[in-house]
Amino acid sequence: MAGKVKLYYFNGRGKMEPIRWLLAAAGVEFEEEFLETREQYEKLLQGGSLMFQQVPMVEIDGMKMVQTRAILSYIAAKYNLYGKDLKERALIDMYVGGTDDLMGFILMFPFLSAEDKEKQRAVIVEKATSRYFPAYEKVLKDHGQDFLVGNNFSWADVHLLEAILMVEEKKSDVLSGFPKLQAFKARISSIPTIKKFLEPGSQRKPVPDDKYVETVRRVLRMYYNIKPN
Amino acid sequence: MSGKPRLTYFNGRGRMEPVRWLLAAAGVEFEEFFLETSEQYEKLIKDGVLMFQQVPLVEIDGMKMVQTRAILSYIAGKYNLYGKDLKERALIDMYVEGITDLMQMILMFPFSPPEEKEKNLASIKEKATTRYFPVFEKVLKQHGQDFLVGNKFSWADVQLIEAILAVEEKIPAVLLGFPQLQAFKIRVSNVPTIKKFLQPGSPRKPPPDQHYVETVLKVFKR
Repeated sequence: MAGKVKLYYFNGRGKMEPIRWLLAAAGVEFEEEFLETREQYEKLLQGGSLMFQQVPMVEIDGMKMVQTRAILSYIAAKYNLYGKDLKERALIDMYVGGTDDLMGFILMFPFLSAEDKEKQRAVIVEKATSRYFPAYEKVLKDHGQDFLVGNNFSWADVHLLEAILMVEEKKSDVLSGFPKLQAFKARISSIPTIKKFLEPGSQRKPVPDDKYVETVRRVLRMYYNIKPN
Repeated sequence: MSGKPRLTYFNGRGRMEPVRWLLAAAGVEFEEFFLETSEQYEKLIKDGVLMFQQVPLVEIDGMKMVQTRAILSYIAGKYNLYGKDLKERALIDMYVEGITDLMQMILMFPFSPPEEKEKNLASIKEKATTRYFPVFEKVLKQHGQDFLVGNKFSWADVQLIEAILAVEEKIPAVLLGFPQLQAFKIRVSNVPTIKKFLQPGSPRKPPPDQHYVETVLKVFKR
């Protein structure tokens, strides 16, 4: 099998960030190639490396994997972060589906018009506090365990922590009213691989800035503003 | 375990249709509860059965499952339509995710404003014929096997035939230039469980019409 894991994406969070989190959580080292120019992207396209002409792309175990969810599922299963059986996997998939939807609101944020950004910030906080966080608060309260599924650290925990931190960047006190999630956040942040990833100098990417947005627009020739959904 | 799976959704395709296809492909009978009023939807929320206040909901093996992808992965895993190992599962996941991106465009189409429909249709055609269909044409050509992954019928095949038929409904000649996909379509249509699902009277839902769109908007109070 062999070889390093290599990520192809922009130098920023976007759709690749959950993959960085999960690899880091699993203690897996990885390399990154950052797309900066249109030419680089076209070279990848012409080389046939991007199955649907899109990034993220991750070279792993001899495969050129695309489609974020497929990549994450593969990593989770390979590194035993996917539960012990089909039913635990079903729970993990459900929970990850929810946090993925929540992070989707944040993902498009940098590409909105200034006016839509203000509205979207409120939408993010509303969805987090009325739809998503209550669901996970309840899961933790009902079973009283440290982790979301099967009393074992899994992909679902990594994904939820990532989502919590991202929403907190938009509203710092968003976890008030969610005591279980506060404790969860502290607990998961202390897991050695996660703790390491949260330290400066790790491969975690910062909040997207104008430079990131410009780069994505330039490389993908995506000059329109996204409309919020 | 405890009886047939029970699907809760609108009486139409939407996000539930791939679930109907996959259960049917696996030869699994299921029941359906159709949402018609916002009161029914609000009751489901109040009863706490919708984890994120959304449908699809599938009650299966004692679980109240939501999130389409989670539901489909569970069914595929349970009924051996998910490949034989991690690498085959990775391929199936990649193919299914790509097809789902294409199906998303079709899913949203009935809800787009009239002045955008022509542009959206052109976009569906372009993506189908330049991004998605060529990939699967190439996969089939390269290995020369009957099915997309591991020489065995899987979730990926079911998802692809659903997408082909859905695009053909909008663009009848779309498979012109894709001989492998034409043969694939015939072959998979003849898999006994699929053949049965394609016959009138099956749980397969018709293309979304105005009534369907109105029902969805009414239930969600939009």
